[in-house]
Amino acid sequence: MSLPIALPRDNAAGLIVSAQQIARRVLLNFIRTPQYVVVGTLQGAMFLLIFRYVFGGAIATGGIDYVDFVVPGFITTGVLFNAMYSSVGMAEDMNSGLIARLKSLPIPRSAVLVGRALADTGLQFWSLAITIGLGFAVGFRLHGSWQGALAAAGLVVLFGLVFEWLFLLMGMFAGSAQAAQGGALIIFPFTFVSSAYIPVATMPSWMRGFAENQPVTVMVNAVRGLADGHGAEALLGHPTSYFVIRALIWSVGLIAIFAPLAIAKYARG
Amino acid sequence: MTARLIVEADGLVKTFGKVRALDGLDLSVHSGEVLAVLGPNGAGKSTFINLIATLLRPDGGHLTVGGYDVARQPAMVRRLVALAGQSAAVEPTMTGRENVQMIARLFGQSRSDARRNAAAVLERLGLTESADRLVRTYSGGMRRRLDVGASLVGRPAILLLDEPTTGLDPRSRNELWDVIRALVADGTDVLLTTQYLDEADHLASRIAIVDHGRVVASGTPRELKQRAGSTVVEVHVRDADSLPRVTAALQVLGADAPSIDVPTRSVRVRLDVATQRVFAALRPLDDTGIAIDEVSVRQPTLDEAFLALTGARQEEVA
Repeated sequence: MSLPIALPRDNAAGLIVSAQQIARRVLLNFIRTPQYVVVGTLQGAMFLLIFRYVFGGAIATGGIDYVDFVVPGFITTGVLFNAMYSSVGMAEDMNSGLIARLKSLPIPRSAVLVGRALADTGLQFWSLAITIGLGFAVGFRLHGSWQGALAAAGLVVLFGLVFEWLFLLMGMFAGSAQAAQGGALIIFPFTFVSSAYIPVATMPSWMRGFAENQPVTVMVNAVRGLADGHGAEALLGHPTSYFVIRALIWSVGLIAIFAPLAIAKYARG
Repeated sequence: MTARLIVEADGLVKTFGKVRALDGLDLSVHSGEVLAVLGPNGAGKSTFINLIATLLRPDGGHLTVGGYDVARQPAMVRRLVALAGQSAAVEPTMTGRENVQMIARLFGQSRSDARRNAAAVLERLGLTESADRLVRTYSGGMRRRLDVGASLVGRPAILLLDEPTTGLDPRSRNELWDVIRALVADGTDVLLTTQYLDEADHLASRIAIVDHGRVVASGTPRELKQRAGSTVVEVHVRDADSLPRVTAALQVLGADAPSIDVPTRSVRVRLDVATQRVFAALRPLDDTGIAIDEVSVRQPTLDEAFLALTGARQEEVA
């Protein structure tokens, strides 16, 4: 057994620098792949227009306009559709040699996931801005305070980070980009069987039990209450703080479960 | 002065379910040598590389890199190794320069050091002119060169290359060989895996042949070839009836009995190193007028070397 080799000084990056480098790579990948930007934006816009103008007329939303009802729902569920891309991106990385190389480098094990989560959260801002802009263009108006609107935007970004960890974990388990895409179908029951696009009161009672209590409804209603003020509170039957507190509890709980699971899964390979 | 041990594997075991990918592998790599781990698919080559790179943890035995135990001190090991695995590890939507600078930053280098060292590595890889193009516009050979060389920016004690030229056309392969040889000349220790005997022959100072998770033979390329029978003579005849006579004529050349392959109407013999009389042995065949389609005198293929060496090992054991 020979003596250990003297290690070179300072040849290992810390969490901040390494996460920042990984985040930069994810962002460059997104910006330099125009089809992601275009398809993602168009898809969001198309669904919003369909709901606003095609289905909207047939959906009664009590005291508030349907456009004011549905735009907060779209903004909130948008983070789930974006998280789907994170899952696919993670699965692709696992299959390329990049993750193997990153694992062989002297950086903290959590840096790769933290970096990706940061970058994907940054991308949520981009998509949030587009949806809000489009929402105003089709007639959405704020009925709460501007502080409430800012808080709503902050919540949406937080929800993005919450689902990011779940979808990174799913991407690592998927094994391939196609499987990750398939696994992401799980977002459909959570987004459609929620209060995002229609009031849950019209659903059959067995479905309503799920719809009223699942996290997406709670999150959508929190954002809706902050954006729409008293009209939304009257329609939803609870003060806004009721939903905001529950949404925060869900967020903390989901991050506490899925972030450690994702980091452990990454470290174990 | 004895050369320093860079990698030392002792009874290394790695299992995947019921498969024993490594089954008591013993191997050491000294500084100043280029070791090629040669073997067929599934022999355990990549598993060995991935254990050294700390992507996997050993299930048994002992593995140290630069004196650090991979199971107990993986963080230390990661500061010494650089890995170029089988699948591409470069980001296609970044330029060559951005890729190398990213690796440099991940090795803890400052922004200015990363810039300077990345430029030096790109120069060494012959990629200076295309450094600012996106990697997705690179040819397969250029991309592979970047892949193999990018992690050199961290000045690793040992560079791990897992089948570096698999899938490359002959010209790109030669270019990559030049790059690897230049690295070796600069003093980087290299451990590479390959399925190709000629690749091991071109690059390595020592070859370890691995099969079923164990080292079955090791030595310099010259030693191994001598043990494998340095050259193969193969004769294809037009008419299968003449096979016995050709076999008898080739008998004198071989270290052991010639092998006959009836479907291809050919006889093959591993040339005894002491024998130089190839043409003398073939001349009588010519005189008797046997119709011969092809005569080839060539290096043993990996299959032949492999069979000869694993056979030799069984004899030693017996």
